[in-house]
Amino acid sequence: MAATEAMKARRFEEIVLPHLNMAYNLARWLSRSDQDAQDIVQEAYLRAYKFFDGCHGEDARAWLLAIVRNTTYTWLQQNREHVKNTPFDEEVHGLDSEGSATLINQADNNPEAILARNDDKRQINQSLEQLPLEFREILVLRELENLSYKEIAIVAGIPIGTVMSRLARGRKMLLEYLARINEGVK
Amino acid sequence: MDCKEILALLPAYVDQELGVSESIEVDNHVLGCLSCQNELASQNALRGALKKHATYFKAPNHLENHIRAALPLDNAHSGRSGKPALKWLGPFNWFSFGTAITSVVALTLSVSFYLAIPSPNDLLAEDVVSNHVRSLMVNHIADVTSSDHHTVKPWFNGKLDFSPTVSDLTAQGFPLVGGRLDYLDHRSVAALVYRHRQHLINVYIWPVANKQNIAVKTLSSQGYQLLHWAEGGMVYWVVSDLNPRELLFLALILQAQGSQGSS
Ligand SMILES: [Zn+2]
Repeated sequence: MAATEAMKARRFEEIVLPHLNMAYNLARWLSRSDQDAQDIVQEAYLRAYKFFDGCHGEDARAWLLAIVRNTTYTWLQQNREHVKNTPFDEEVHGLDSEGSATLINQADNNPEAILARNDDKRQINQSLEQLPLEFREILVLRELENLSYKEIAIVAGIPIGTVMSRLARGRKMLLEYLARINEGVK
Repeated sequence: MDCKEILALLPAYVDQELGVSESIEVDNHVLGCLSCQNELASQNALRGALKKHATYFKAPNHLENHIRAALPLDNAHSGRSGKPALKWLGPFNWFSFGTAITSVVALTLSVSFYLAIPSPNDLLAEDVVSNHVRSLMVNHIADVTSSDHHTVKPWFNGKLDFSPTVSDLTAQGFPLVGGRLDYLDHRSVAALVYRHRQHLINVYIWPVANKQNIAVKTLSSQGYQLLHWAEGGMVYWVVSDLNPRELLFLALILQAQGSQGSS
């Protein structure tokens, strides 16, 4: 079963390299910079190759994204002062959503109306970019990369329950940002 | 289920991550509940807006070429030119390792057979390997050279803020070569050197604030085998070019010595 280096390279090319766009999209959304994302993805691929044993098969996508994600975090820590804009303790604020739900349920803040008024690429992108990193990454993995909860749990290194609570909280925050942008526009 | 329970399930419901029976419960509730219906509609609307409007960033064309150039991959996009890829580190056969290991050992230790996602631990593993290689290359394997643990252990006194367990394992086939101070994970650590046949083994030990025990994990990096575990408030990293089965044997002995208390 010992794979030669040439076989390893070929397997890597077949099952890891095709996910380059996903890797770049994640790194770009997390770092919010084109140049950083290129550096991060390149470094992540070097690491991925080093750790690649040819056995990942169908999990290659989540595995690669996990490496990209971890590389991004390390990269941001080394290159930027603070990674997290707002530390947020979801264990405290988690699924008990009554508090944050009130804002959304107010009649003049009807989310569908907000979205209709915000039916605009710039505003959606801007809101998603503002989201704290730990929520942004979950939303990007879910809505843009179409990963399952289980895959997201692997990539972000968190339990599935936390994936769910971060998605719920992240979506609420996103709606609040959109509402705020909308008020600024009015 | 009441509205509160339904609201808690809605994110997983819109993501189609609920089981069949829970989905049916949500379906039934939403049919008769206007406020949950609104919440569901808004969550779906947000999802739709994100999918439709959020930018999906595509990798620039030159990025793939950069990556191919940095890896032993063919530079042509076809990827199938006859040129053989560069030889990198020697292959390692995890499967024969798996079958060689006795069932007792397999039950005692949770060994991860597949290479994991590089975590901070994996990055530390790279430091451990560099450290090991450096100690061999500069011919500076030990600051105190002695096979007598009564000489090596006191040597660490005053040099470290902890006292590592030092045992002579000659009887078990791993004679002690000596010890030295080293630097890993942003702190001074004890490096104990053992020998097995012609192979030198570095055992790094340092205390951790978090007293959590970690079962033995195996890693391989740059052609070296590594073992890592934590026990009794100490973290252990073992690195060598020795085969993983014998390295694991050493880990078992060290764990047994550690649990008997230092000597
Ligand atoms: Zn309801």
